[in-house]
Amino acid sequence: MTDVRQVDVLVVGAGPAGLATATRLAAAGAGRVEVLDREQRAGGVPRHCAHGGFGTWLHPLTGPQYARLLTAAAVRAGAVVRTGVTALDWAGPLTLTTVGPHGPETITARAIVLATGARERPRAARLVPGTRSAGVYTTGELQQAVHLYEQPIGSRAVVVGAEDVSYAAADTVRAAGARVVAMVTDLPAPRTTPARALDARLRRGIPLLTHTGVTELLGHGRLSGVRVRHRDGRTTVLHCDTVVFTGDFVPDHELARRGGITLDPATRGLAVDSTLRTSRPGVFAVGNVVHAVEPARAVAREGVHAATAVLSELRPF
Amino acid sequence: MTGTYDVAVVGAGVVGSAIARELARYPRLRIALVEAQDDVGQGSSKANTAILHTGFDAVPGSLEARLVREGARLLAAYAAESGIPVEPVGALLVAWDEEQLAALPRLAEKAEANDYHATRLLGPAALYEREPHLGPGALGALHVPGESIICPWTTTLAYATQAVRHGVDLHLDARVEDVSQQDGIHVLTTSAGTLRARWLVNAAGLHADTLDARLGHRDFTVTPRRGQLIVFDKFARTLVNHILLPVPTALGKGVLVAPTVYGNVLLGPTAEDLDDKRATGSTADGLDALRAKGRRILPELLDEEVTAVYAGLRAATEHDDYRIRAHPGQAYVTVGGIRSTGLTASLAIAARVTGLLTEAGLDAGPVRELEPVRMPNLGEAFPRPYQRPELIAADPQYGTLVCHCERVSRGEIRDALASTIPPRTLDGLRRRTRARAGRCQGFYCGAAVRQLFEEARP
Ligand SMILES: Cc1cc2nc3c(=O)[nH]c(=O)nc-3n(C[C@H](O)[C@H](O)[C@H](O)COP(=O)(O)OP(=O)(O)OC[C@H]3O[C@@H](n4cnc5c(N)ncnc54)[C@H](O)[C@@H]3O)c2cc1C
Ligand SMILES: Cc1cc2nc3c(=O)[nH]c(=O)nc-3n(C[C@H](O)[C@H](O)[C@H](O)COP(=O)(O)OP(=O)(O)OC[C@H]3O[C@@H](n4cnc5c(N)ncnc54)[C@H](O)[C@@H]3O)c2cc1C
Repeated sequence: MTDVRQVDVLVVGAGPAGLATATRLAAAGAGRVEVLDREQRAGGVPRHCAHGGFGTWLHPLTGPQYARLLTAAAVRAGAVVRTGVTALDWAGPLTLTTVGPHGPETITARAIVLATGARERPRAARLVPGTRSAGVYTTGELQQAVHLYEQPIGSRAVVVGAEDVSYAAADTVRAAGARVVAMVTDLPAPRTTPARALDARLRRGIPLLTHTGVTELLGHGRLSGVRVRHRDGRTTVLHCDTVVFTGDFVPDHELARRGGITLDPATRGLAVDSTLRTSRPGVFAVGNVVHAVEPARAVAREGVHAATAVLSELRPF
Repeated sequence: MTGTYDVAVVGAGVVGSAIARELARYPRLRIALVEAQDDVGQGSSKANTAILHTGFDAVPGSLEARLVREGARLLAAYAAESGIPVEPVGALLVAWDEEQLAALPRLAEKAEANDYHATRLLGPAALYEREPHLGPGALGALHVPGESIICPWTTTLAYATQAVRHGVDLHLDARVEDVSQQDGIHVLTTSAGTLRARWLVNAAGLHADTLDARLGHRDFTVTPRRGQLIVFDKFARTLVNHILLPVPTALGKGVLVAPTVYGNVLLGPTAEDLDDKRATGSTADGLDALRAKGRRILPELLDEEVTAVYAGLRAATEHDDYRIRAHPGQAYVTVGGIRSTGLTASLAIAARVTGLLTEAGLDAGPVRELEPVRMPNLGEAFPRPYQRPELIAADPQYGTLVCHCERVSRGEIRDALASTIPPRTLDGLRRRTRARAGRCQGFYCGAAVRQLFEEARP
């Protein structure tokens, strides 16, 4: 058994939600506020959203700029941000086991904030049949491949989905020098601003197939196409070497579930009350792990709200 | 490729790799293991239900029954020595109707005939006590405590690694396209050049009939029988304690629910006779059928996230047994029809084939003990590197997690990339480390893992 280290607040996840919560808590003098993130860099999903749209209208920022800004603000406020450290499991009601390059550690806190974010459902979880060929992405993987590692992704991509994140994926495909063959959605209309949908269709020439579902992935070794079915039952093959499954977010609730914390059956996120308390006293949840998925700025605002609730837990009147 | 090998083994599945390893015990032999694909274990051997069978339900007296029984014993011992994860969870054959219930005593007798004496009949109360999450309506079960789960990837890789470390030449990306004879020597024309060998072993799995025909035999025809499987996320693991086997009836073997050594739960396989030996895709109908059956067996399973879907092809033939034949005049042994038990039987098949070769005149020379191999542990029942403080203290890379869903460290990925048989693709890396095999399928780590893979490429 390793020694148990004591902090005041332990925040799991250094995305916008966790960082905003920690910043406010540290600034309010909540004592030792420690933020853990299993990635090598803090910032969460915005780290790999190379496009703009994260700042304010007056101060536009790209995702990575926004991630750096939030991290710097947390550190300046006095929070300790530790990257490369994974929260593995629970060793008590307010105690977590962790591991990192320095080895295992058990940390106990007066309050714990879960800010572990959300992921997109990959192809398998959507039960899309066909071969297991290469060239199948989620937006999260695609953005990291293109923006963090400059990896080639193929030359012709189909984007599955037509919401904001799908358009971000289409932009990433184009940034990598590949062509978007089509965007495909089983919805009757895209779920983004009309301007964005129009821009993609007219200025970028990306066809949008509505009322259309992906029914099969084709190809041996490398993807050669996707079969789609239209509302009237017709099927077509879209030839492509890359397909991006976008949206269909699922909260990353694994750590919470391991601790027996109650989920909201509708969202599969953590069930919280109006002050972001979970079913476990002293454990709070904030950001996409509660409701996938909100824009980063909304999540950061929620962090401020969570901090207020944590403070009242630490200093009851 | 110059020189003449003593033995060429065609096909580096679990069977061919086991044969090559067995032959490596004879230091005087020069051996080639020739594989069409870019890795060992890329055929049926990578996509099965990963059960180490007892052979309790084999056809008594068949070759398969004997080799499964022997193979299970050999592989259990080999796994313990080599670090291949095995969990002796036991199986329950669950009866859902009167017909199936009536079949259980007959299966118990069959087990006895197969020299397996530990089965026990369970009534519904005892069954539900063992499996509280089982769907309603089960009438009873036959308990087969000896059935285990195993890591199929590590098994094939361990054989091949040990073979290569003892001098076997592994030729990957070398599809045997033709075989001819010159002065009593087999000349193999492969996609990577010509190769000569005095003795030939055909362990080509689904393609064993094609290769057999090239040597003039029409002994069997392989009909690929597809099995689709659904892998459920780790949270499903607590729902099931045993391998839940269907009771075989006239309508076929049915669908099982089984834990995996990686801590997931499998649902499958389907059984579809096909013509196309490349048809390893999944289908909407297949997945729907599996989910319907799974809902009956373990209703809560369907609420969990699906991690992966895959399909494997069984090398079924018109015969009801393995087709292992020696053709001494041709210095040739065929290993055909290793359908649905080949993982379990692999070491016994290898011993049998070696016996046939020497009986047919192969002068193997002296025999030696092989240096044991110690494979990286991919199983949840044994400590993984991230759980080993002493390892992390010695090398912090084992504490740096890259694949978060499966908790794979940078150190393990580095080791796999520098191993005796390094992976040539990301899928190969996945089978060696579990990296990208989890619920997010690369959302978080996919690009980072690819980066490590590309950096290590020559
Ligand atoms: C692909 C994609 C594109 C998006 N594009 C936009 C956009 O253009 N504009 C916009 O406003 N919003 C966008 N969003 C939404 C926005 O990114 C999210 O709202 C925001 O990042 C959510 O913040 P979060 O802190 O809740 O989660 P995340 O940003 O996901 O952060 C969670 C953090 O927790 C860490 N973590 C998880 N589990 C553990 C553990 N056990 N131990 C340690 N650390 C852990 C993770 O490493 C991660 O860094 C996008 C989201 C996605 C998925
Ligand atoms: C759905 C399913 C479930 C199963 N479940 C179990 C189980 O639970 N337990 C168990 O013990 N068994 C199980 N099996 C059976 C087991 O997987 C097989 O019996 C075993 O993998 C066969 O191994 P193999 O080496 O003969 O074939 P393969 O693994 O197919 O290997 C043959 C190799 O030969 C290569 N090859 C073919 N032609 C050529 C050529 N011309 N030149 C060069 N190389 C060539 C192929 O590329 C391939 O790698 C299952 C099988 C399936 C499909």
